[in-house]
Amino acid sequence: MRTPPAIHFKDIEQVFPGKSGAPIHALHALDFRIERHEFVSVLGPSGCGKSTLLRLLSGLMLPSDGQVEVFGSPIKGPRDDVGIVFQRPTLLPWLSVIDNVTFPMRHKYGRVTPDDRKRGLEMLDLVRLGDFADKRIDELSGGMQQRVGIARALLLDPDILLMDEPFSALDALSRDEMSFELLRIWRERPKTVLFITHSIPEALLLSDRIIVLSERPGTVRDEIIVPFARPRTLETMADPRFTEMANSIRRRLFSHPVDGGEA
Amino acid sequence: MTSPTPQTAAQTRLAALMQPVRMTPRRRLLDMLDRFTPFLAFVAVLVIWEAATHIFAIPSFLLPAPTAILGAGIAVDPMVWLDHIWATVRVALTGYAASIAIAIPLAVALSDSRFLKRTLYPMLIVVQSTPVVAVAPIIVVTLGAGDLPRVVITFLIAFFPIVVSTTTGLMATPDELIELSRSLRAGRIREIYQIRLPYALPYVFSALKISVTLSIIGAVVAEFVAAQSGLGYFIGFSTSFFKIPQAFAGLIVLVVISLVMFRAVAWVQNRFAPWSLPKSERK
Repeated sequence: MRTPPAIHFKDIEQVFPGKSGAPIHALHALDFRIERHEFVSVLGPSGCGKSTLLRLLSGLMLPSDGQVEVFGSPIKGPRDDVGIVFQRPTLLPWLSVIDNVTFPMRHKYGRVTPDDRKRGLEMLDLVRLGDFADKRIDELSGGMQQRVGIARALLLDPDILLMDEPFSALDALSRDEMSFELLRIWRERPKTVLFITHSIPEALLLSDRIIVLSERPGTVRDEIIVPFARPRTLETMADPRFTEMANSIRRRLFSHPVDGGEA
Repeated sequence: MTSPTPQTAAQTRLAALMQPVRMTPRRRLLDMLDRFTPFLAFVAVLVIWEAATHIFAIPSFLLPAPTAILGAGIAVDPMVWLDHIWATVRVALTGYAASIAIAIPLAVALSDSRFLKRTLYPMLIVVQSTPVVAVAPIIVVTLGAGDLPRVVITFLIAFFPIVVSTTTGLMATPDELIELSRSLRAGRIREIYQIRLPYALPYVFSALKISVTLSIIGAVVAEFVAAQSGLGYFIGFSTSFFKIPQAFAGLIVLVVISLVMFRAVAWVQNRFAPWSLPKSERK
């Protein structure tokens, strides 16, 4: 028997009650799967229901119709095997770096065992913040804060990592650096990643596959297999095929030609 | 390296630029003046005030000179002072403590329940819109003698800013953190005391600073209405005997108490929640 995919969005319909009475149709016949340890980016225009996707997968929301399955079993509520990295780091400024990383344990079980702390320190080493465990959050740069966010999401060793435009609030240089860092972390700790982004080059650099969503109601419009060999480096971005693919995706997204060069 | 190496021209220029600033006597004096500017301005106002009362021969029942106020203050027996100060501080602190103890749980309830927000909040606004000074005599009649009516009046004046500000703070928690909490299934109670309440602390402390001075006002208002001791009472009877310098002395003691209590709250914030202060205000 075939093993079920890590994530399966099965024919999802999502309808919200609108403020003015007219219901909002957010997702329509959305159907795609992600295999175990695959890195998939979801790309789409604003308001295509990307955050809805994230809430569905984290179990904070149930689909109006259809089903989200994780390793073959339908999601009925929040679960431990899904770690989330948000757009903003959303750390707790009154806690130290290590206490932020272990916060999920304190929050869920009311206490942090020495084992949890050890695992937290391990995660900090993984994101290269081992020396910053006892620093305060406001002593860290934006990129470092987002690393803490990643360490926190990895603490419970989830099979699935959800990332909601995690680098979009960073400056361009930190952003590139964090992309390569994420690839390194993903290589050291293979996870199934669903990465939501607005950036075509970012999606191309990171992913095995890119799901392009349409405007509302969001549905899968395109599925692109990214052919570049791993590990990916700066050279990958310099590959002429990289620019070519970026342009072709951009053309399809906007349905008209656009000059390249946007980061 | 021990052997002195010949410096290049660029190194020499750089070394000249990196010289520490030399403290000339003149610069030292300017530094000192800068540090004491607020204090000197204060002293200047007192001197002008003192001079003006003598030059224009202002009668002391209109505006007593600072020296006259000081004299009147010293003339009062220290034990009498202590008695009045203690009465006011006791009422103010009790009322303040009561307003914190009631306002914060109330704010948690209001931020957590749409029903309470729609039922209790309008009532709170009605209570806040009632001039407490006007209600004070009624409260005194209803609650009788003792500290209780004064504490209630203080509470009524001090608690509203804490409710409003804490509610705002509790609602200001980033959505992502609430989602994180829900995805961990941590429960409502932990969501409130591990995430929402700490997040609200900057707002809470702003309100606590406002309310601590309001609680002094509350205590004094209550003493104007009905009391046998306290600084409000002291000022009241001093004026009724035309002892204006003595009334001013009482006023100054009140100002000092207010300042000390304000600084105490600021100290607590700095000591126990420095992160809740803007970076420029941390010590």
